[in-house]
Amino acid sequence: MKRPERGGRRWLVTATLALAGCVPSCSGDGAGAAPPVRIGSKQFTESVVLGELAAALVRASGSPAEHLSQLGGTQVLWNALVRGEIDVYPEYTGTLEQEILKGDEVRGEAELREALASYGVVMSRPLGFNDTYALGMKAARAGALGIRSISDLKRHPELRFGFTNEFMDRADGWPGLKARYALPQEDVRGLDHDLAYRGLSADTIDVTDLYSTDADISYYGLRVLQDDLNYFSVYDAVWLIRADLKARAPAAVAALARLEGKIDASAMAAMNARAKLRRVPESRVAKDFLAVNLGLTVAQEEQGRGARILRRTEEHLALVAVSLSGALCLALPLGILAARWPRLGAVVLAATGVLQTIPSLALLVFMIPLLGIGAPPAVAALFLYSLLPIVRNAHAGLTGIPAPLRESAEALGLSPVARLWHVELPLASPSILAGVKTSAVINVGTATLGAVIGAGGYGQPILTGIRLDDVGLILEGAVPAALLAVGVQALFAGVERWVVPLGLRLASKD
Amino acid sequence: MLSLRGVSKTFEKTPAVRDVDLDFTPRTTTVLIGASGCGKSTLLRLALGLVMPDRGSVHLDGERVDARSAPALRRRMGYVIQDGGLFPHLDAGRNVSLMARHLGWEAERTRERVLELARLTRFPESALDRFPVQLSGGQRQRVGLMRALLLDPEVLLLDEPLAALDPLVRAELQDGLREIFRNLGKTVVLVTHDLAEAAFFGDCIVLLRDGSVVQSGTLRNLVEAPADEYVSRFVRAQRTLHVTGAEAAR
Repeated sequence: MKRPERGGRRWLVTATLALAGCVPSCSGDGAGAAPPVRIGSKQFTESVVLGELAAALVRASGSPAEHLSQLGGTQVLWNALVRGEIDVYPEYTGTLEQEILKGDEVRGEAELREALASYGVVMSRPLGFNDTYALGMKAARAGALGIRSISDLKRHPELRFGFTNEFMDRADGWPGLKARYALPQEDVRGLDHDLAYRGLSADTIDVTDLYSTDADISYYGLRVLQDDLNYFSVYDAVWLIRADLKARAPAAVAALARLEGKIDASAMAAMNARAKLRRVPESRVAKDFLAVNLGLTVAQEEQGRGARILRRTEEHLALVAVSLSGALCLALPLGILAARWPRLGAVVLAATGVLQTIPSLALLVFMIPLLGIGAPPAVAALFLYSLLPIVRNAHAGLTGIPAPLRESAEALGLSPVARLWHVELPLASPSILAGVKTSAVINVGTATLGAVIGAGGYGQPILTGIRLDDVGLILEGAVPAALLAVGVQALFAGVERWVVPLGLRLASKD
Repeated sequence: MLSLRGVSKTFEKTPAVRDVDLDFTPRTTTVLIGASGCGKSTLLRLALGLVMPDRGSVHLDGERVDARSAPALRRRMGYVIQDGGLFPHLDAGRNVSLMARHLGWEAERTRERVLELARLTRFPESALDRFPVQLSGGQRQRVGLMRALLLDPEVLLLDEPLAALDPLVRAELQDGLREIFRNLGKTVVLVTHDLAEAAFFGDCIVLLRDGSVVQSGTLRNLVEAPADEYVSRFVRAQRTLHVTGAEAAR
C-alpha cells in the first residue's frame, strides 16, 4: 500500500500530541497488567460477532482482551493490524486476494500465506463458512421480471442499484462485475450496508450486494441471484493475527485456533440473525455459541446502561477536553498575532478557514495514516476543527477595540505586552469566550463521529444503532450528546461571569 | 520644552499636517484651534509618538520622539481625550492607577496618589469604585484627567476634553481645569474648535487650517491683526455667537 507523504504534516501532529500530552489521560489500564490482546472488527454485524468470539476465546485462555468494535472498512483494519494497533481481526480470503494483496497477484493458499508473512501477519485455517458476495433483490420483484441470474439483469437497464460504499470501489466489486457481465445500469449509488436492506424493502432501490450469510436475506425475503459467470471469489472467513502475538500471548493464539472449521454457513447466518434481527448483544451471541459448540463457559461482561453511558461520557469528555484545550493553547496566540500583523492575520484566517471546510468525516479519515486509529486521530481532527472559531473571534475581538481606547493605553506608556494583558485581552474577552463556546459546542457534536475510527464516546451507540436499526441505541448516544452540548452552553454562561470583567458586563447591559 | 520642527504627516494621500514649526512654552497653556480636519488632533498624536511624522521631528526637552524613545517619553506627557478614553473594564480608581500597578508602586503609595488626585479634580472619593458606565460625563472627564496626571507629567495634552459635555457641566469643568493648570504649572496643549473656550484657557492660541499654522498669538492679536481673510472669517463666525450670548446675559 502506498503511504501518503507525511514529512510536512509531522510538526503539526507532534505539536498536537505534545498538547494532548499536557492533559492527563482519562483512559488507560492499570500499571503492571499485561497489555490486552487487541481485536478489531469491521462495520457489519458478522464481523462484530466474530470479534466478540475472538475476545471471549482470548479471555478464556487467561489473557486480557479488548474488542475495538466497528473500526471501519477493510483498509482501516488491515493497516491497523500491520501497524500493530490491533493484534487480530476476522477477514475473508477473497478480500485478501482481491483487495488487500491485489497488487501481489497471489494464487492459492501457499502464496497467500507467504505474502502475508512479508507483512508480519499470520492467517488461521478457515473458520468454516464462505461468506461470498452476491447480488440480491426482492423475491417477488425478481419473479415478476423473470430474473434468476446476474446475466438476467442486462435485460433491465432501468433497475436501480444500491451498493455498499466498499463494494462500489473494490477491485472485486461493482467495477469488475459491471465489466464481466456488461451491465448497462446507470442509476448506481453507494450507501451503508444496513441502509441498503432498508432501501430494498422500501423499494427505493431494486438490487443490492449481499453477504451470503446475512441474516437479512430470509428476513426481507430476498432472492440471491446466481453468479452464472463465476465472478465472485471464495470468501472463507479466517483470523488474521500479527506474527508477534504468538510470543506475547501464545495461549491466546492457541485459543483462537479452536474455532477453525467450527462455524458453518448456517451457524453464522443464525448468529447474525440473533444479533441483528433479535437484537441480542453480540457478546451474548458469542458466549452462547462457545458454550454449545466448544463447551466453553465465558464470564459475561455485559454492562448496564448506566455504566455504559458513564464510560462513554468519560471517553467523550476526554476527546472534547483534550482537543479543545489544545486548540485554545494554539488558537489564542494565533488570533493575537493575526490581530497585530494584518498580513499574517489574513494568512492565518484563510488557513484555519480552509481546515474548517474539510468535511469532518474526511478529516477524521485523513488522520488515520498519520496517527492510526482510536482517540489520537480523533483528538487531532477535533483540535483542527476547534481552531477557526477561536482564532476568528480573538482576531475580531482585538481588532474591534475602539481606536481611542487602544491609543489611550499606548499614550499611557504601557509596553505592548502590558497593553495586551491589562487592556486588550480583557476588552476582547467576551468575543474570545464566545469563540471558545462555539468551538466547544461544535466539538461535542463532531466528537460523535470519532467512533467511526475507534475513538469511542457517544458516537459508539449511534454507530451500533444504525447498524442494528435500533432507535433506542441511537438515542442512547444522541440524547447524552445533546445534553452535553446544552451543559457546555450553561458552563460557559458561568465561565463568562468569571472571565469577562464586571465593567464590561455592566456596559453591555447599558 | 515640547517642540515640533518642520513636521508633515500624510494619511493615505491626504495631508493632515504640513510643515508645522511650534514651540510650546513651558508652564503656559497653548490652545490649538481650527475647523474639523485641520490637523489639530494629529499634532497631539505626533507629540506622543502615536503617529510618526513623514518629515520633520518632535522633541521633548531636546530628546527626539521616535519609536524607541516614545514609550518612556509618553510617561512625561499626560493625554486626555474626548469622554476621557476610560477603559470600560476597570473601575475609576483602577483606571487612574493602571500605570502605577504596571510600574510596581506599593499599594499605599498608589492609594495616596489616587486620593490626592481625586481631591485635586474634585472627584468624589466614594465613586472611585464605580465603572465608567456608571459615571456621568463630567466625572468620566475628571477620571481621565486624574489618569493623565498620575505620574506628574510636565506636559498635558488634551484633545477636545469638554466637547461631549452639556453647557453647565462644561462651564464648571472649564473653571476647574484652568485652576488646576495654573496651580500645577504644567505645559498644557489643549485642542478645541470653540474660540470662546480657546480665549478662556489660552495664553497663546494657534489657528490651524488644512494642516498648516495660519496665525498664532493672543486672542487680541487674532481679532485686531488677523493674518489673512480666513482668520477674520473664523473669528467673526465665533464672535457672533459670543455676542449673542452676551446680549442674552444683559
